Amino acid sequence: MTTNRGTPLVELRDISISFGGIKAVDHVTVDLYPGEVVGLLGHNGAGKSTLIKCLSGAYQADSGDILINGAKVEITNPRDARAQNIETIYQTLALADNLDAASNLFLGRELVNGMGFVDEAKMEAETRKIMHRLNPNFKKFSVPVNALSGGQRQSVAIARAVYFNARILIMDEPTAALGPHETQMVSELIQELKAQGLGIFLIEHDIHNVMKLCDRASVMKNGQLVGTVNVADVTDEDILSMIILGKKPAKAA
Amino acid sequence: MTDTSHKTQTTDRVGPVAHFMRATEIDPRLLGMVGALVLIGVGFHVYSALYMGGGTFLTPRNLWNLSVQTASIGIMATGMVLVIITRNIDLSVGSLVGVTAMIMGILQVEILPKYLGLGSPYIWIITLVVGIVAGTLIGAFHGWLTAFCDIPSFIVTLGGLLIWRSAAFLVANGKTISPVDETFALLGGGPYGAIGATGSWIVGLLACAGLIWLAFRSRSNRRMHGFALRPVWAEGIMTVLACGLVIGAVLVVNAYPWPKGILTQYYGKLGQPVPDGVFISHGFAYPVLILVAVGVVMSILMKSTRFGRYVFAIGGNPEAAALAGINTRSMTVKIFALMGGLSGLAGVVASARLNSATNALGVGDELFVIAAAVIGGTSLAGGVGTIYGAILGALVMKSLQTGMVLIGFDTAVQNMVVGAVLVLAVWLDNTYRKRIK
Repeated sequence: MTTNRGTPLVELRDISISFGGIKAVDHVTVDLYPGEVVGLLGHNGAGKSTLIKCLSGAYQADSGDILINGAKVEITNPRDARAQNIETIYQTLALADNLDAASNLFLGRELVNGMGFVDEAKMEAETRKIMHRLNPNFKKFSVPVNALSGGQRQSVAIARAVYFNARILIMDEPTAALGPHETQMVSELIQELKAQGLGIFLIEHDIHNVMKLCDRASVMKNGQLVGTVNVADVTDEDILSMIILGKKPAKAA
Repeated sequence: MTDTSHKTQTTDRVGPVAHFMRATEIDPRLLGMVGALVLIGVGFHVYSALYMGGGTFLTPRNLWNLSVQTASIGIMATGMVLVIITRNIDLSVGSLVGVTAMIMGILQVEILPKYLGLGSPYIWIITLVVGIVAGTLIGAFHGWLTAFCDIPSFIVTLGGLLIWRSAAFLVANGKTISPVDETFALLGGGPYGAIGATGSWIVGLLACAGLIWLAFRSRSNRRMHGFALRPVWAEGIMTVLACGLVIGAVLVVNAYPWPKGILTQYYGKLGQPVPDGVFISHGFAYPVLILVAVGVVMSILMKSTRFGRYVFAIGGNPEAAALAGINTRSMTVKIFALMGGLSGLAGVVASARLNSATNALGVGDELFVIAAAVIGGTSLAGGVGTIYGAILGALVMKSLQTGMVLIGFDTAVQNMVVGAVLVLAVWLDNTYRKRIK
């Protein structure tokens, strides 16, 4: 499935961004096709999160282009990204701790009634629906999210990304704070979303999850792209040596 | 009593008080503040009854005056809630009261009469609008400096505190501008600046109707989406209590009659003698109605608009708010502009009440306003606060102050007590918050 499949859903082309003279991302090109999971790997500080934040609108690249379905787009803030159906689950979850699940889920996209007022009841009802699908054990709808466990908070963040019909999903270490059962739920969700034709960028440290969930893996080191490989064609050892040594295995070139 | 839906809320055995609190969903802090108000009221009343030869605090006259005095602080406290929720502070509100009052004073006394004629009915409304707009612009400027120049709001508004107070002085070289336009003066209260007995009943009954409508609407909304309902008795008690408070307020303000001097003046103008045993009620004063209107509008703003949602979100997690596509900088400008506009409105009320504009108007108000918001449950850590809490907080501060004036405490002692109460209230609040966690 690696051969030319026409236009990628997303292409980040030759992206560079630096902070105070340090090149956080240095001429990196990655792409993503519909129904595909691309893992972004690398050490802490390799530039994965920074690269992905250019796509989610949190940062703006110094140079390089973002193409969606082959067309160049300008993403200057998170609203632009959302308008392109790009949804992001941040490592920090980006939840307002003082607000309840529904308020967080609809943050920035509140449902309003005919008079322009926020329709709280409807938002809660919708939240109950989606949470029932993602995490049937979730019951705490009327408390601020700082009263929730790590896994429950994570499911709120995931629900937010899934609810709005994303085409492109960015997941920054979605299982980092989760127990085995919840990790399993996230894996199943990724498979399900993939089957629906979403493209998913997955930043992940656990090599087993990468081998299990990803179709391709792009490895970064010191802000540069080491290479992109088909996960089916390589071993976990190969990927690890890419991460650690920054060397691309010869056979997958 | 046995509503099936609330069984889900009370799965464990709890005492009757806790059960009542849970079923009615009362904010315990609200109870605390009401308790403090009752304590202050009864305390000062008993003290004055015992030592001053007659209870003076819980009288219609004092309560009516108290309501008028609370207005300008209360109006600003509602805005301060937003400022503090978003982890900022505004120290300049007192100076804004001063400078907007001076601008309005000059405008309505020295400028507008030249063009419109003395006593023109347009003077008060033009003055009012100019005052609020001036406050809004100054506030927006503070917000811009905070949001776009990354200067901490503490510094921006500390500078503002000095600058605008001095500007108030320079506008008229320290002169007092007096008297203000006659219609404008009504906005500050006083015997003519109130709506009378009938008007107060109309307002009170409308408010009750509104409260009952709200209760029914929230119930039908919850039912429509299949959420747990509050037990009928709890809903009933809350609504009856709220309506009772409104009716009580109407009775109190209607029990305060015009004093003799005003009656003589009033009937003198009509060319009639003062009838025997005539009783003309004050009713709700305009500034109190302004405060209530501001409170209602601000509550709706905070609870039911995107703007209000964003205020809370920014306070809870500014980064998350920005990642959710909220323009946090423009929000900061808007919040400070709103605070400025409310300060302008408070300047209207304060100068109208004094019937003059002085450059010392509103000195020290910023501290009362911040204290009112904080006593009312607004967290300086951001993200938490209510409008009604801030208004009650203003009422607590003003009750303490007037109470001490009534029993003849020195200003120095007054300030010491107010300061101590502020610190104590925040300590109690923190202790309470830790316990519920």
